[in-house]
Amino acid sequence: MKTLEEINKIRTKKRKELELRVNTKLDTREKHILVCHGTGCTSSKSSEILENFKKIIKEKGIKNVRVIKTGCFGLCAKGPIVIIRPEDTFYAMVKPEDCEEIIQTHIVEGNKVERLLCKDIDGKIVNSLDELNFYKKQKRIALKNCGVINPEDIDEYIAFDGYLALEKVLKNMTQDEVIQEIKDSGLRGRGGAGFPTGQKWELTKKVEAEQKYVVCNADEGDPGAFMDRSILEGDPHCVIEAMIIAGYSIGASKGYIYVRAEYPIAVKRFQIAINQARDYGILGKNIFESGFDFDIEIRLGAGAFVCGEETALLESIEGRRGHPRVKPPYPAQSGLWGKPTLINNVETYANITKIILNGANWYNQIGTEKSKGTKVFALGGNVNNIGLVEVPMGTTLREIVYDIGGGIPNNREFKAAQTGGPSGGCIPKEHLDTPIDYESLKEIGSMMGSGGLIVMDDTKCMVSLAKFYLDFTVSESCGKCTPCRIGTKRMHEILEKICDGNGEEEDLQRLEKLALNIKESSVCGLGQSAPNPVLSTLRYFNDEYKEHVIDKKCRSAECKNLTQIEIEKDKCKGCGICQRNCPVNAIEGEAREVRVINQDKCIKCGTCLTKCPFKAIK
Amino acid sequence: MEELVNITIDNQNISVPKGTTILEAAKKAGIDIPTLCFLKDINEVGDCRMCIVKVEGRRGFATSCIQKVEEGMVINTHFPEVTEARRVVLDLILSNHDKSCLTCTRMGNCELQDLAVKFGMQDIEFEGERKECEIDNLSPSIVRNPNKCVLCRRCVATCKNIQKIGAIASGNRGFDSNITTANNKSLMDTNCVFCGQCIEACPTNALCEKENIEDVLEKLKDPEKHVVVQTAPAVRVALGEEFGMPIGTNVTGKMVTALKMLGFDKIFDTNTGADFTIMEEANEFVERFKENDNIPMITSCCPAWVRYIEINYPELVPHLSSCKSPHEMLGSLIKTYYAKKEKIDPEKIYVVSVMPCIAKKYERQRKELSNTNLFDVDCVITTRELARMIKQANIKFDKLESSEFDNPLGISTGAAAIFGTTGGVMEAALRTAQDIITGENLEKIDFTQVRGEKGIKKAIVNIGGKDIKVVAASGLGNAQKIMEEIKSGKADYQFVEIMACPGGCIMGGGQPIKSSKIRAEVDVRKLRADAIYSIDETSTIRKSHENPALKKVYEEYLESPSSYRAEKLLHTTYNNQR
Repeated sequence: MKTLEEINKIRTKKRKELELRVNTKLDTREKHILVCHGTGCTSSKSSEILENFKKIIKEKGIKNVRVIKTGCFGLCAKGPIVIIRPEDTFYAMVKPEDCEEIIQTHIVEGNKVERLLCKDIDGKIVNSLDELNFYKKQKRIALKNCGVINPEDIDEYIAFDGYLALEKVLKNMTQDEVIQEIKDSGLRGRGGAGFPTGQKWELTKKVEAEQKYVVCNADEGDPGAFMDRSILEGDPHCVIEAMIIAGYSIGASKGYIYVRAEYPIAVKRFQIAINQARDYGILGKNIFESGFDFDIEIRLGAGAFVCGEETALLESIEGRRGHPRVKPPYPAQSGLWGKPTLINNVETYANITKIILNGANWYNQIGTEKSKGTKVFALGGNVNNIGLVEVPMGTTLREIVYDIGGGIPNNREFKAAQTGGPSGGCIPKEHLDTPIDYESLKEIGSMMGSGGLIVMDDTKCMVSLAKFYLDFTVSESCGKCTPCRIGTKRMHEILEKICDGNGEEEDLQRLEKLALNIKESSVCGLGQSAPNPVLSTLRYFNDEYKEHVIDKKCRSAECKNLTQIEIEKDKCKGCGICQRNCPVNAIEGEAREVRVINQDKCIKCGTCLTKCPFKAIK
Repeated sequence: MEELVNITIDNQNISVPKGTTILEAAKKAGIDIPTLCFLKDINEVGDCRMCIVKVEGRRGFATSCIQKVEEGMVINTHFPEVTEARRVVLDLILSNHDKSCLTCTRMGNCELQDLAVKFGMQDIEFEGERKECEIDNLSPSIVRNPNKCVLCRRCVATCKNIQKIGAIASGNRGFDSNITTANNKSLMDTNCVFCGQCIEACPTNALCEKENIEDVLEKLKDPEKHVVVQTAPAVRVALGEEFGMPIGTNVTGKMVTALKMLGFDKIFDTNTGADFTIMEEANEFVERFKENDNIPMITSCCPAWVRYIEINYPELVPHLSSCKSPHEMLGSLIKTYYAKKEKIDPEKIYVVSVMPCIAKKYERQRKELSNTNLFDVDCVITTRELARMIKQANIKFDKLESSEFDNPLGISTGAAAIFGTTGGVMEAALRTAQDIITGENLEKIDFTQVRGEKGIKKAIVNIGGKDIKVVAASGLGNAQKIMEEIKSGKADYQFVEIMACPGGCIMGGGQPIKSSKIRAEVDVRKLRADAIYSIDETSTIRKSHENPALKKVYEEYLESPSSYRAEKLLHTTYNNQR
C-alpha cells in the first residue's frame, strides 16, 4: 500500500532514472538496452536475447547498462528488435548469438554494429528510430508507452505520468466533469462502430442502479489484427487506469477485462499489472483516500470471434455460451447480470488518460471533423512494413500504404485494402486518397473496424478474397440467428460455385440479394457486417465477378478452374526464371528462347506469375 | 392507472400499455406478424428473425417478439423490404430442412409448414448443403430428428428453464449448430425424464413421441389376442381438439365409441384405476401419517416425476408412495382379477393405455411394474396417436354417438377424473383420507386451495382436528423447489403431490400440440382443467372409496387396501438411478 505522496515520490525519482528513454540528447553514461517483448518478437526468441544480454553484461562486469523488456515497437517485420537508448540505435532481426557483438562493439567500444542496423525500404541504413519513414507520419497516443517502458514494472508506468490522470480525476473532478471532458474530446469507440465514448459513459451514468460494471473488451478476433494485444502487452496500466476512471465516472466499483486466452503474454502482464496496482492501493478500497472503490478481474475468452460482440461477451462473462443478445436494451441499460454496464475496447481506454491529462482541446485538435484523435492499425498483407501503426484520423490510405508501409513488395500494384477485417470492406485504388475516418470508410462501403488493414496487390482475386472472408464468418458464426447461421453458409457456397467455374449470372444477383438481407436482418454485428466483403467487392470489382461467371476467367489466376497461365511471346526475354521456379516442370523452352507453358502439366500455382521480372506471364 | 404508449403501426394510431411488445401491439391492431422461435414466457430470444419489422428512424430491423413499444414509435410490419427479408429467412430455414411434409406426422399442425403456406413458397431460392443427421430413437418415449430442427431452441428453453432438467442444449457453432445432449448421447442415456414438454414446444417434428400405433394394430389383427384398452382422465378433455373441436371439450362418450369401432375387445377406464390408486394411497398416507413413516409422503403416479426423483433426489425416494400409477394398477387388475373372472389366459391379454403422456411409454417397460413375468401394461399410445388411429380408420369422430365404458372396470368417480390436473390427486386423496380418519361420510369435498393455475399450491387442511400441511406442485422446476425445501429440512409438509408437466396431465407431453400463437392467446391449461372439474362436479359419486366397481373388486379379490394381494398387485418399488 502506497500513499499518494509515496507514489508521487516514485514518479519523480523514477522519471529521472528513465529520462534517457525519451531524450536522445541526454548526456549520460547510462545505457538502456530495450528488447521488444511483444508476441511477435517473443516468438522469435527475444526472451533468449534478453537473457543473453544480462548474462554477458554480468560476465563482463559492465556498469551503467540495464537491459529492459518492453512492449511492441510496431515494426514487427523487423523483429526481434533491440533499441539502445539514449542514442536510439535500432537493431533489427537480432538473433541471440548477436548479443555478444552488440555488447562488445556498441557498449564497450562505442561503435555501431553496422550489419544489424535497421534498413529502410530504400536500403538506407537508419541510425535511429526517428529516421525511419515508418515512424515519421505516425502519432503515438494510445501506443505512447509501448516500447518505452517495462510493462511489468508499475514504477516505470508511474514515471511517465502514470496514475496522474487518476489522481486528477479523483481529487479535482466530478463524475460529470470527467464525462464532459471525454465528450469534448470527441473520442469514439475504437472497437469498430465508432459510438461516441463520452456519450456512452453519460448514458451508463444516468441509469440508476446499486451495482454497475465497467468492462474492457479485449477479445480482439479479426484475423491479422493485434492492436489491443500490443497495448495490453506494452502498457497494461494505461488500460487499468482508464477503467478506474470510467468506474468513477459512471459509478461502478467493479471491472472485468475479457481477453482471449490465445493472448497469454497479454493476460500474464495484465495480471501482473493488476497485482501491482492492488499492492499500491490503486485498485481496491478507498483509492487515493477518495472513498472510491474499484477492482478489476480478468475473464478469459475461449477464442470465439463472436465474443468480441459486446452482448455475446457479456453472456460469456456470465458463464454462458457466447450468444449475442438482441439490442435494445443496450448494455448501458441492462448489461452484465442485468446491471448497467459500460463496455469499451482496449484502444479506447488507452486514449483516456491522455485526454484527462492534456485536455479535450488538445485531443480534438487531432483528426478530422467528426473523427478525433488517432487510430492504431495492424498493417499487413502485400506491404513492405508489416506492423503496428498509429496515425491521426484523416491520414489517407495512400500515406499509410506507401509512406508508412513502404509500398507494395516486388513493385506490384496496389489493388485494394481491406479495413475492418472480415466485417469490413475492400477499398479500391480509386479511393486511395480518402482520408480515413469513420464516416468516409462507411461511405465507401467499408468500416473502421478494430483496425486491421490488409493490403492486396494486383495478383489477388477479389472473388476469392470475398470467399476467404466468408469462410471465416461461416466458421465463426455463433449459429444463433437464421440469416447468419444459414445465410453466410449459402453466400459462401455461391462464391465457391463461382470460383469453381460453375457460376451463372443470376448467382451474382442472388449473392447480392442474400448479402443485403443478411446485413439487415441478423441479430448482431457479426452477421450484420459479414456481407461487407462481398458487397464491397461486388461494388468495386464487379467486372471481376462478371469475368468469373461469363468469361469463366480469373484474371489473378487464383481460381484454378478459371485460369490458364500463358507466356506472352513479345514480352518474354527468355531469362528462364519461370522455368527454374516451376515446381512441376511445366515450362518448356531452350535457354534465351521464349518459354511455353505445357497446359497439361501446369497446376496453376502461379509461381511463375510472381517470379517473372518482365510481367510477361498472364 | 396503466401507463399508455401511443404508436403508429401500419398507419393505424393505437395506444397500448407500456411494456407491450411490438408483436402484441400489432395483434391488437389486427396484424398477425409471423413468428417461429417465439414461445410466450418461455422462449423470447429473437433468434429466428421471422418477426422482424421496420421501426422508423432505426437502423436494421426491430425484433417484434421481444422489443417493447416506445412513445411515438412508427412501425411498419409489411414494407416490401421487411417481407423480402422474412422471405429470405424462411427460404434459408427451408433450405436446411428435410421438407418431407407428406410423410410427417406434424403435417397440418406444423408452424414451419404454416409459414411456407403463408408466404406461398414455391421453390427454395437458396438451396445448398444440408447435413443428414442421425435420428435418436433409442428411448422408449422420444424421437429426436435433427433433420427437421429449425434451431428455434424452444425445446431447450422449456427443458432448461421450465423443467430445470437441461437434458438438451445448443451445441456446435454456425452452420454446424445443433441441439444436442451431453456428449451427444441418446436421450435414453441422459437425465431426460421423458416429460415430453419439449415435444409440445417444438414447432416442427424434430421432437416427437415414439409411435406405437403399429404395435396396437398388429395385436388388433391377431384373433388370439384379447386386446383391452384404457384411457387416462386427461385424454377425454383434449382428444376432440385433434378433430377441430374447441379446447376443453369433453369427448368421453365419442372416444369410447371410437375405441369400440377400432376393434378393441374391452374398453376400460383408467379413471377406475385412479380410484384404486386413491384407495391405496389414502390408506398408505393415513398409516404413514400415524406412524410418522417417511413423512412427507410424495405422490408417485407421474412417471416422469418418479424418474426425476430417482435421478436427482435418490435420498428422498423413500418418501414416495409405493402405489403404482392408475393405469399400471388397472393393467395389473386386468391381467389378474379380470382374467380370472372372465377365464382368459393372462398371457393372451394385451393391455393398451391411451395416455396424455409419453413418460408412460417408458414407465410401462420398467421391470418393477410387472407380475408373474407379464407387464401390467403392454403398450402405451398418446392422445395424439389415438387421434391418428381414429383418422386412419376413417371415423368421423365429431359425428359419433356416445358409448359407455365396459364393465367390470369402467365405473369411476369424480375424484378419479380430477387426477388429470395438478392438485387433483391431492384433492381426491384428501376426500378419502378424511373419511378414513374421521370414520364419517363428510360432505365437504372441494379442496379448492390445491386447484388453479399456480405452479406451487400450499394449503393446510384440517381433518378430524388435525392440521395436515399439503403442497401440490406441477412443472419440475417447481418440484425442484419443493424437494430443496424438504432436503434442507425447511419444509414440514405431510403430503406432497408432484406432476412433472406444468398444469398436470392435461398439459402432458402426449397431448395435442398447440402452436405458439394459440398458447399465447388462449389459456389451454385452464380450458382443459375446467372440463375436468366439470366432469367431477357432474359425477354422482365423487369419492373413490364409494366407487361400486372398486368395492366389488376389494370384496371379491383384494380384500382390503394394503392387503397382501393389494400390495403385490398395486404397489411397487423404486431405484436410485443417479
